[in-house]
Amino acid sequence: MPKIIAQLDWLTVLLYTIIIGVGWAMIYSATLETTNPEILNFSKPYGKQIIWITLSVALIILILSVESKFLIRFSSIIYVLSILLLAGLFVFGKSIAGQIAWYSFGSFNFQPAEFTKIAVSLALAKYLSEFNVSLKKPLIQIKTFIILGVPMLLILMQPDAGTALTFSTFLIPMYRKGLPHAYLIIGVSVILLFLLTLKFSASAVAVSIVFLSILMIILLRKKKINYFKYFLTVGLGIGFVFSVNFVFNNILLPHQQDRFEILLGNKTDIKGTGFNTYQSKVAIGSGGLTGKGWLKGTQTHGKFVPAQHTDYIFSTLAEEWGFLGSTAVILIYLFFILRLFFMAERQKQTYSLIYGYCVASILFIHFFVNIGMVLGLLPTIGIPLPLFSYGGSSLWAFTILVFIFLKMDAKRKQL
Amino acid sequence: MRKFLPIVLVSLSIIIFVVKLFYLQIVDDSYKKDAIELSVKKNYTYPQRGYIRDRNGKLLVENQPAYDVMIIPYQTDKFDTTALASLLNIPKNSFKNKINQAINYSWRLPSTVLPQLTKKEYAAIQERMYKYEGFYIQKRSLRNYNTDYAANVLGYIAEVNRRDLKNNPYYQSGDLIGRQGVEQQYEELLRGVRGVEYIKRDRFNRSLGPYKKGAYDTLAQKGKDISLTIDIDLQSYGQKLMKNKRGGIVALEPETGEILALVSSPNYDPSLLVGRKRSRNFTKLWYDTIAKPLYDRGLQAVYPPGSTFKPLTGLIALQEDEVGLNEKFSCYGGYTYARGARMGCHNHKSPLSMEDAVAYSCNSYFAQIYSRSINKYETPQKGMNNWHDHLTSFGLGNYLGYDLPVGRKGLIPDADYYNRAYDYPTYKWYASATISNAIGQGEVLTTPIQLANVMAAIANRGWYKKPHILKKINDQPIQKDKYVKKRKTTIDKKHFEPIIDGLNKVFKYGTARFLQVPDVEMCGKTGTAENKTVIDGKTVQLTDHSIFVAFAPKDNPKIALAVFVENGHWGATYAGRIASLMTEKYLKGNITRKDLESWILNHSLQDEYAKPLSGEPFEINQ
Repeated sequence: MPKIIAQLDWLTVLLYTIIIGVGWAMIYSATLETTNPEILNFSKPYGKQIIWITLSVALIILILSVESKFLIRFSSIIYVLSILLLAGLFVFGKSIAGQIAWYSFGSFNFQPAEFTKIAVSLALAKYLSEFNVSLKKPLIQIKTFIILGVPMLLILMQPDAGTALTFSTFLIPMYRKGLPHAYLIIGVSVILLFLLTLKFSASAVAVSIVFLSILMIILLRKKKINYFKYFLTVGLGIGFVFSVNFVFNNILLPHQQDRFEILLGNKTDIKGTGFNTYQSKVAIGSGGLTGKGWLKGTQTHGKFVPAQHTDYIFSTLAEEWGFLGSTAVILIYLFFILRLFFMAERQKQTYSLIYGYCVASILFIHFFVNIGMVLGLLPTIGIPLPLFSYGGSSLWAFTILVFIFLKMDAKRKQL
Repeated sequence: MRKFLPIVLVSLSIIIFVVKLFYLQIVDDSYKKDAIELSVKKNYTYPQRGYIRDRNGKLLVENQPAYDVMIIPYQTDKFDTTALASLLNIPKNSFKNKINQAINYSWRLPSTVLPQLTKKEYAAIQERMYKYEGFYIQKRSLRNYNTDYAANVLGYIAEVNRRDLKNNPYYQSGDLIGRQGVEQQYEELLRGVRGVEYIKRDRFNRSLGPYKKGAYDTLAQKGKDISLTIDIDLQSYGQKLMKNKRGGIVALEPETGEILALVSSPNYDPSLLVGRKRSRNFTKLWYDTIAKPLYDRGLQAVYPPGSTFKPLTGLIALQEDEVGLNEKFSCYGGYTYARGARMGCHNHKSPLSMEDAVAYSCNSYFAQIYSRSINKYETPQKGMNNWHDHLTSFGLGNYLGYDLPVGRKGLIPDADYYNRAYDYPTYKWYASATISNAIGQGEVLTTPIQLANVMAAIANRGWYKKPHILKKINDQPIQKDKYVKKRKTTIDKKHFEPIIDGLNKVFKYGTARFLQVPDVEMCGKTGTAENKTVIDGKTVQLTDHSIFVAFAPKDNPKIALAVFVENGHWGATYAGRIASLMTEKYLKGNITRKDLESWILNHSLQDEYAKPLSGEPFEINQ
């Protein structure tokens, strides 16, 4: 045990602690009732969060004492177990707000999807570090996508599109491990075309594509082009554009459609679906440079922002600590995430490199989607701000995720 | 290369976030306003409106409580509509309509079911209202008038309209504001300042305690009490005398310019515009486009001044040194001022010098000295402008600058006016073309208050102070420079004495020889102004307006006044009598000439006013 204390990356632990500490301060402010402000009130979210944080410390000690190789070795079993947990939801799960995402034990709710990310990370780390596994090979690509796809599908069926979406972040470690560039280009193009088509119209985007492709041919006429591939790409692009409206109207649910429409400015609806975003922006915008001061946010205390202690916790921070405070926290996340990527790169074992990438990428996608939503840059997708939002499942999942990697990092010199 | 993807992704997204945060929190101010709008509510406390007293301290306007029956639809339980309607003493159907309107307006916000019950009505229903959940009674403050007169002076209060809300950010929907008269003029003094408490609230509109510890809260400040220069006894006496006549009386204190009475007839009882019956009564007054009770004839009506203008013509001629005091002019029953153009005159002795010309109101005399005053200068333009400047120094031809919200300029023509009218220099014009001005006809137009002010200037022998109506604020006399400053006329003091002697002789043996108040040396002048109206596109002459201006006593004058009675024929008949009675009332307090008083009280001009509306041919000046 003393050895591990010396080997641990304390900078990461410090950043982790700061994020959790500031997060708790914000949860306290957001859920405080002026009539009864005692801190150790365990019936209040801020009191419960203290329990979750305390239990996290126990978890950390446990994780640091477990051999990480052991976890890698058993990653297939862990993966299968997590899939079973997800599937079991449809039988034993508790339906909250139309989603079957929780197991309920009395007053304690447990969300297995949070832990699935750990299992998938371990599984990916193990599979991609195996000898002779290269993501350049289509068969390996397919197998990898199956590892990702099964839990994604199960989560999508809950239905929880937001959490399912976060699985796309595993493209980052896959790319690091050799996934062809084409996947990234296709991924970015699909998102762009989807949004452009919704914003303008299928025919307008299609005409633009045709126009641009003709322009490209003229510009590149000196170079050798594989015309078959070229026209196939253009054709697929146009086909996708015309399928967008079908996907949008028939696959997305009405509330999801609204979220896109509001984001793209096709619809303004302060009272309805746009309410959350509007209230969040009001709280953030009214913070100004230095904020209204801790526990002094008028929007926070008026409970104007829905789900403020969970998904919209960042708006409390921005209201009470202003531009300076919220920028500082964003920069702490920047250091935290980049530190994890940097540590991943210094691993000697491939599995710990991939696992480190998975951890950093998961943190990043949550951070990106959550803050983007709170600032009104992305459609409303209900996922928590990692280590910051209220909630035990989420806090523990991220804690386990991070400290398994810290343990690997501490032992990186042992072969 | 692949190592750099995460760095690029993370850095790029963080730049976007910080830029967006900067925009939301630093650049765009709208969210700060929205936040206050959403999270802070304002509770207002309204102060008492200031009282209004007359110059002798008599309370004219105070406040009375009124009670609105309110409903909050979502709080109501099932109740017996018939019983409640009968309790509130309104028809069941209109009561049901009111409730439906309230529901349509808002399910959660209060609406008025029955506005402005009196104390008595409130007492009758108060005990039984508790049975009806969702109904409650809201107290508010209304005006209470201790006088039936002076409505045009006092004005009234009403709810602010959309224009007030746009023009003045102080007001909010539902606030009360002064309209007309001193209620409008001194709105800011009278209303005081509303107090406000800022209360933090949550999204269910529940209070969360004071916003910023009450740093922005203000206390209500009571409206200031004001005293007017009006003598309410004189005012109400004037209104009684003007009953069944149309026109105006303006009485001033010459030394101070204080308005003693400002009568407009027809008038109305100020209590008509209070409480539940206000809107019905106002509509009635507003749509009376024939008698126009809301129109302040003392301030807004422009009339030709007629012969009351002659003293001014005399003063100008004296100042221009174009006539000697003993110089006599013959009158041959009129005056031929151009070939074939003749101005008539009435029967009096001839020839006359200045004093008697004033006393007998000789048209010929004033026409000739007017011509001389203009023709003294090398061009009629110069002469005309000089004449114009003399008159404007008496406050004519422009707004007088008194402290009431309405007024008219009247008209004193200058050279430009005639140049335009005659298309100069294509056509030339001479003094003779404007000769009617000499006797207050022609182009000259004045309002009653302007003429009263001219009389004050003459009474003061050459200066006046701007007429005004505010005497005290919270019992402290006001000394506003604008109303304290002596305004000199262009006429030297010495020229006033002969004119004043002439005005005195009007009562001795002139046109008003039966109208002198016993034992009071009075000065005055009759006027009889021709006037026309348009009926079915044809201009028709109506019976002359009866006009009288006066001041008294001759030495050390205490009152100056102008009386206009529309279509009252001779100046002495109606206006002269009224002026004489008003003077007696003000100087002596009671009337000794009861027959004179009862003549005025019993004579009506309603038949005269009906003539042009009858559609029948009619006779005038009978």
